[in-house]
Amino acid sequence: MPSGDTIFALSSGAPPAAIATIRISGSLAKQTLATLTGALPSERQAALRSLRDPADGRLLDRAVVIWFAGPATATGEDLVELHLHGGRAVVRAVETALANMPGLRMAEPGEFTRRAFSNGRIDLAEAEGLGDLLLAETEAQRVAALRMASGHLSRLANRWREAVLRLSAMVEAELDFSDEDDVDTGADETLRVLTLELAAEIDAVLARPHAERLKDGIRVVLAGPPNAGKSTLLNALVQRDAAIVSDIAGTTRDIIAVPVAYDGVPFVFSDTAGLRDDHGDGIEAIGIARAQDAIATADIVLWLGVPDGIPQHPAVWQIAAKVDRADVSRETADVARHLVSALTGEGIDALIADLVASARQLLPAPEDLALNARQHRLISQCGVSLHDAAGQSDPLIRAEALRQARAAIDSLLGHSHVEDMLDTLFGRFCIGK
Amino acid sequence: MSGFDVIVVGGGHAGCEAAAVAARMGARVALVSFSRESIGAMSCNPAIGGLGKGHLVREVDAFDGLIARAADAAAIHYRMLNISKGSAVQGPRVQADRVLYKAAVQAMLDAQPGLTIVEGEVAELILEGDRVSGVVLADSTMLTAPAVILATGTFLGGRLYRGEERLTGGRVGEPGATLLAQQLRDAALPMARLKTGTPPRIDGRTIDWAVLEEQPSDDGSWTMSPLTVRRTVPQLFCAITRTNSQTHDIIRANLNRSPLFSGAIGAQGPRYCPSIEDKIHRFGDRDGHQVFLEPEGLDSVLVYPNGISTSLPTDVQLDFVRSMAGLKRAEIVVPGYAVEYDHIDPRALDHRLQLRAIQGLYCAGQINGTTGYEEAAAQGLIAGLSAAAMVLDRAITLPDRANSYLAVMIDDLVLQGVTEPYRMLTARAEYRLRLRANNASDRLTGMAIAAGCVGDARRNWFETRSAAKADMRARLEQKASCSELTALGLPVKADGARQSLYDWLRYPAVTLASLAPLLDGDALPADLVDEIEEDAVYAPYLARQAAELRDLRASEQVALGADIEYGAIAGLSNEMVERLSLAQPESLAEAGRIRGVTPAALAAILVHARRRAA
Repeated sequence: MPSGDTIFALSSGAPPAAIATIRISGSLAKQTLATLTGALPSERQAALRSLRDPADGRLLDRAVVIWFAGPATATGEDLVELHLHGGRAVVRAVETALANMPGLRMAEPGEFTRRAFSNGRIDLAEAEGLGDLLLAETEAQRVAALRMASGHLSRLANRWREAVLRLSAMVEAELDFSDEDDVDTGADETLRVLTLELAAEIDAVLARPHAERLKDGIRVVLAGPPNAGKSTLLNALVQRDAAIVSDIAGTTRDIIAVPVAYDGVPFVFSDTAGLRDDHGDGIEAIGIARAQDAIATADIVLWLGVPDGIPQHPAVWQIAAKVDRADVSRETADVARHLVSALTGEGIDALIADLVASARQLLPAPEDLALNARQHRLISQCGVSLHDAAGQSDPLIRAEALRQARAAIDSLLGHSHVEDMLDTLFGRFCIGK
Repeated sequence: MSGFDVIVVGGGHAGCEAAAVAARMGARVALVSFSRESIGAMSCNPAIGGLGKGHLVREVDAFDGLIARAADAAAIHYRMLNISKGSAVQGPRVQADRVLYKAAVQAMLDAQPGLTIVEGEVAELILEGDRVSGVVLADSTMLTAPAVILATGTFLGGRLYRGEERLTGGRVGEPGATLLAQQLRDAALPMARLKTGTPPRIDGRTIDWAVLEEQPSDDGSWTMSPLTVRRTVPQLFCAITRTNSQTHDIIRANLNRSPLFSGAIGAQGPRYCPSIEDKIHRFGDRDGHQVFLEPEGLDSVLVYPNGISTSLPTDVQLDFVRSMAGLKRAEIVVPGYAVEYDHIDPRALDHRLQLRAIQGLYCAGQINGTTGYEEAAAQGLIAGLSAAAMVLDRAITLPDRANSYLAVMIDDLVLQGVTEPYRMLTARAEYRLRLRANNASDRLTGMAIAAGCVGDARRNWFETRSAAKADMRARLEQKASCSELTALGLPVKADGARQSLYDWLRYPAVTLASLAPLLDGDALPADLVDEIEEDAVYAPYLARQAAELRDLRASEQVALGADIEYGAIAGLSNEMVERLSLAQPESLAEAGRIRGVTPAALAAILVHARRRAA
């Protein structure tokens, strides 16, 4: 179906994986790629490009990108493929950057297939899968509804919904029934205060930790100069040979992310290229840039270098590694939070226990709200619309902003209709001549 | 036996508009009514327009309809509601003299070539298979036509309630169309019952006007139809009184005598037009309710007390009326009553208001579960337009939700059905910011001209006006800096940006008049000035909805077959299947507007539809 929106979605399996493919389809696809990469490669030519967040120029990933001009594409529209490194953090960062670009939105379930089908790019047999998808969605909704029914997100969201409905009813009563009987007009200030109160409550909930932490794990980044023993420590922590370990400085040129759970707490450990100023070669320089980004998005950084070189981060721990060796630095050992030896296993258990204890502080408590990205996005839209409504003096524009707030919450809870607002209105005001 | 192109059954607001528009398009039309004299009667309150409703009046007028011009010909009181709020929710309303209104409608119908008025009661429809081919009157006269429009109001299975009294019929003193109702029931059409009510009429000579607050007619010269040159009828004033604790006590003590509370009436009434007994029952904490005393005409002594619709017995009505200020010695001329009536579940109709089960049979007005003259007139217009287009084999474009309240109402009706009498509210229109009462011509008259239902006078007016508007819009494209505006004494923010005069118009202090020194050319009429200024003010908000609208138009292009078996589509919930089956959406966009239908469900519906087409 031709549509105004350009859509995107992860079209490969759930990360982590070696490669993650994000597809972008629609009239803005080509322009989006140009915005992310700066220079558009030739059509249908794979090219290695740096993807940068258009909001702040931050490097998102180095990725293989290809674009195809419609209609001879999988969806029948202009289509872009981004082949990213398959870590969750990378995929999340790219998705977030795309979602923040005007005219782009995350695809609805089945939407790529629907467009492909509408534009005659796939046949019926291929499209049959949509029925299964729908069943899967229904099942997922059932499970989600069950989960929400026992948690308090549904209670909270329903309360917000009622609050927004009441605000809408106040404005709509004034617009549609101001001449009829005892609708209280001139309640502008009350309405503004109530709207701001609700917006503040929503802002507070949004500031809490994401459910993604619970699902994806606490990000622990191992950093330090080349050959500081980061990869060896990583292997000891995850108890398998996840990173390439050698004694040639600068072996780890890319970020290696390993998911692992201790005591039921999920972690993702990342090993990074050694941080040093005199770059060995170009490729390693890229690895170093990526390591700096990884540190910026980490929940906890384990620093294996000397105290002087410690990176800026709210949760960076000085680690004295290789304590089995005679040449371990005295000054490092003195300030270190942990003394460990990957070789002998000394200090590893204590480090893990410390990580688990710290991680629990960062995770949403079991009884707390755990918002996933979709819920977070919708609640945040609701909050933005409420702030907009509070700032408006034209009741018509205010009503429109409240309508959008309502739409966001309705999407969250899966029900919607103007009738619900009218029910509230007629329940509250004695209206009619 | 006489042959016509279109037969319209019923001479109320829906029937008159339907007959008139079909005839304007060139169809040979028969308008059948119990009596010629009652054509164009206002059966309930003597007002035309209001919030949401005023939009409908202007939209029907944009198609060269009758209601706005008839209202102007009868207007004894003009009032622009929401005058202090955004123009998209301002509602023009008039109080109309019943006699003048009816006379104006009848005069326009009489002057309409191709329209024949037939007096009689339609006893039954002539059906050939699943097609209608005419009607039989009670006196056995046969009228044939490939299209029949039912605009029978509350006459279908109507039953009046007042205290312990019961009457059969539509309005007091008139018979109901019970034979026809039986035939529609036999045709297994989905039917249901609704109720509405009316207040007692008071003799104005027994009201003590001096003690009451007056509500004078608006100053100014605006009219319901832009084609009305000036207000011609003398203006009266309305007055306001209030119920009080004594009124409430009287009503409360007699609730058991109201058929609404005794259980005699089971049907759902309108929440926005509750009876006075309902108001007091449901909102017991209020110490009083406003009552508007509206004169029914220049030569009439009757006064319509708006706000006290009731079905209480006559003696109780008199008691509580006399408990209010100014009404101590009031006499009731006709007591109020409630009416319960049949309507068709409008989900059995398509967007042309044609019954899907019976080709050529259209329904308009209260029979579809709506209330209000304006709602009825608007449906009559669409049904008449569609029926004539079908018979004349003319392709027409119907309005949609993004360009009219007309279409919002019809789309709501045929997709969602009704649970109470449907009234137009501005809150129902998601594109409300672009649907203003004062830009109805701009939105719709072009479409109406293309459909062939607009007379020369309006076409000339519209073309002149459109040219003037386009010319002004072009002049407004010239850019100006803020210093140029400041030089004119306009307080604009000095942000240095040069922008078009049209963009500058968005600033509260900037008006077309204030920009005059920068614009050459002729001045514009006041209504066009308002329209252009408002267009400019709302432009940024309209732009925000542009993407939403593009998606809407795109999915409207995806047609769904008429007889999709929703039960056979894997994954749809029972609730979705039921709603989709009842409403039979014609496009993917319509399916998406039905409550509870998810994006993934839409995808599955689309695949199913394409497979059938393959």
